Amino acid sequence: MNTIAMNSMQRTLTALGQQEPDRVPLFLLTTLHGSREVGLPIQEYFSRAENVIEGQMRLLRKYRGDCLYPFFYASIETEAWGGDTVFLPDGPPLCGAPVIQRPEDIDSLQPPSVADAAGLGRVLDSIRGLKAKVGDTVPIIGVAISPFSLPVMQMGFDHYIELIYEQPERFERLMQANIDFCVEWSNAQLAAGATAICYFDPVSSTTNIPRELYLKTGQQVAKRAISRIKGPTATHLASGRGLPIIGDIADTGTAVVGVSVLEDLAELKAAANRRVSLLGNLNGIEMRHWTAAQAELEVKRAIAKAGRGGGLLLGDNHGEIPCQVPDEVLLAIGDAVERWGRYPLDWVDDWTDPKPA
Amino acid sequence: MNELITPFRLSLETLDRVQADKLFQQALTQYSPIQAVEKLVVPALEQIGVAWEEGSVALSQVYMSGRFCEELVERVLPPSDPDRKHQPRSAIVVLSDYHMLGKRIVYSVMRASGFELFDYGRMDVDELVQRVLDDRLRVLLISVLMLPSALKVKEVCARLRVAAPGIRIAVGGAPFLFDAQLWQEVGADAMGHSAADAVSLVQRWMEEMQ
Repeated sequence: MNTIAMNSMQRTLTALGQQEPDRVPLFLLTTLHGSREVGLPIQEYFSRAENVIEGQMRLLRKYRGDCLYPFFYASIETEAWGGDTVFLPDGPPLCGAPVIQRPEDIDSLQPPSVADAAGLGRVLDSIRGLKAKVGDTVPIIGVAISPFSLPVMQMGFDHYIELIYEQPERFERLMQANIDFCVEWSNAQLAAGATAICYFDPVSSTTNIPRELYLKTGQQVAKRAISRIKGPTATHLASGRGLPIIGDIADTGTAVVGVSVLEDLAELKAAANRRVSLLGNLNGIEMRHWTAAQAELEVKRAIAKAGRGGGLLLGDNHGEIPCQVPDEVLLAIGDAVERWGRYPLDWVDDWTDPKPA
Repeated sequence: MNELITPFRLSLETLDRVQADKLFQQALTQYSPIQAVEKLVVPALEQIGVAWEEGSVALSQVYMSGRFCEELVERVLPPSDPDRKHQPRSAIVVLSDYHMLGKRIVYSVMRASGFELFDYGRMDVDELVQRVLDDRLRVLLISVLMLPSALKVKEVCARLRVAAPGIRIAVGGAPFLFDAQLWQEVGADAMGHSAADAVSLVQRWMEEMQ
């Protein structure tokens, strides 16, 4: 336990080192809230790095979180591959038509250059701008879609499942192209000032593929990619289940696993066995209609289950909080972390969950 | 027939097409095609759906199982077969977002269970409401992945309650799994936790509508 006040970077690094910092780090992964904060429509907000820098800095101050999250939207990566993005007024931008129309297209697929992709350049400018403002006091979390999960956007989930099962050679060719891209993209973000890379890998979740298939596919791809990424990674399953493979994910060399509300945080903590830290697992969908009292209860429950000994970054379970979640809830979460997240968490032994699962 | 269900289900989960085909053919030696579907395919897909809800089977297995069963059933019950269940007039749609896998799975499982239904693909609210009225639907299945799309179901339900009284609307997809109150909030009649739920819902509504 550390009673000396820490900055966000110290707090996070201490927790990741499986030690107790001054309080549980709060990783509120908000993106679209930034557009509301600066008063711009979503598409316009993401059109300039300066908007995102301003938005993220305002959110950091407002919600008292412990990280900056200059993630724009997932399809900014497929834009680099020639795809397009569909912007909505009230939700995350969506990936347009698949860039791989037929499996045969994979045979001639070449990974794009990060330097040539305007959208990725805006993300890098945002990271540089944020780094200039916070230096080494606040972790800046970059994002890369895993090579194994990117094909959901590149070719559609149904066609991708068929590819995995039925066309192993084309699958391998696609993975090689995606690994090269993911590594270049991740390292560019780290060079721009990102502290770590959130490696989004929902397809690897046991919600989506069985463990035995993960061991032959997603895990091997992760090992090949993460070993070439020149900084720490957090593997995020985007609200999919991961308890049966948490040790397997740790074997990929990642430092953190983003975990689902569908699984018990205490069981996840035990399974992680101090080999990886946990990020999660508040329910971002349900959060939309939480009261302040519910927010406090959910925070207490998560901290009681997994806070002790460090190794917990409290956040939502999906890796992006929906913009429909109101400020009052996010502020209540911050208040609850301040109140109940201070180590040494003496209250935990005497606390009884009023609504146990 | 019960003794075939578990091996059939396991052959589907392990993508053993040869074994699944063999077991289905075995069922056909004892029963008519529609009986084989109802006594073997439907229970096996129901069990797979429950296993997915519990976390012991993955979506990739659900998808491949549904697709394979759809092919098996198509061979013995083509769309024009009188034993196919064309009533109540039903359709499935992805509302607003672009994530098609859930709809594809439900569509396969419905067809593998002997139902015929329209596949509307992806639509926005106005187009969907108009198409439902034009086709005189009695059952609409809506699949979404994103929360904003789930919230748009509310407008679909409100407009169809006025324009097509008596229509039954079921919703499914991730937002509804993570927020147990959401299907009621948007005004749906029911939610499906898995593709197999869609079959039991439509079967129940079919009986109620007769």
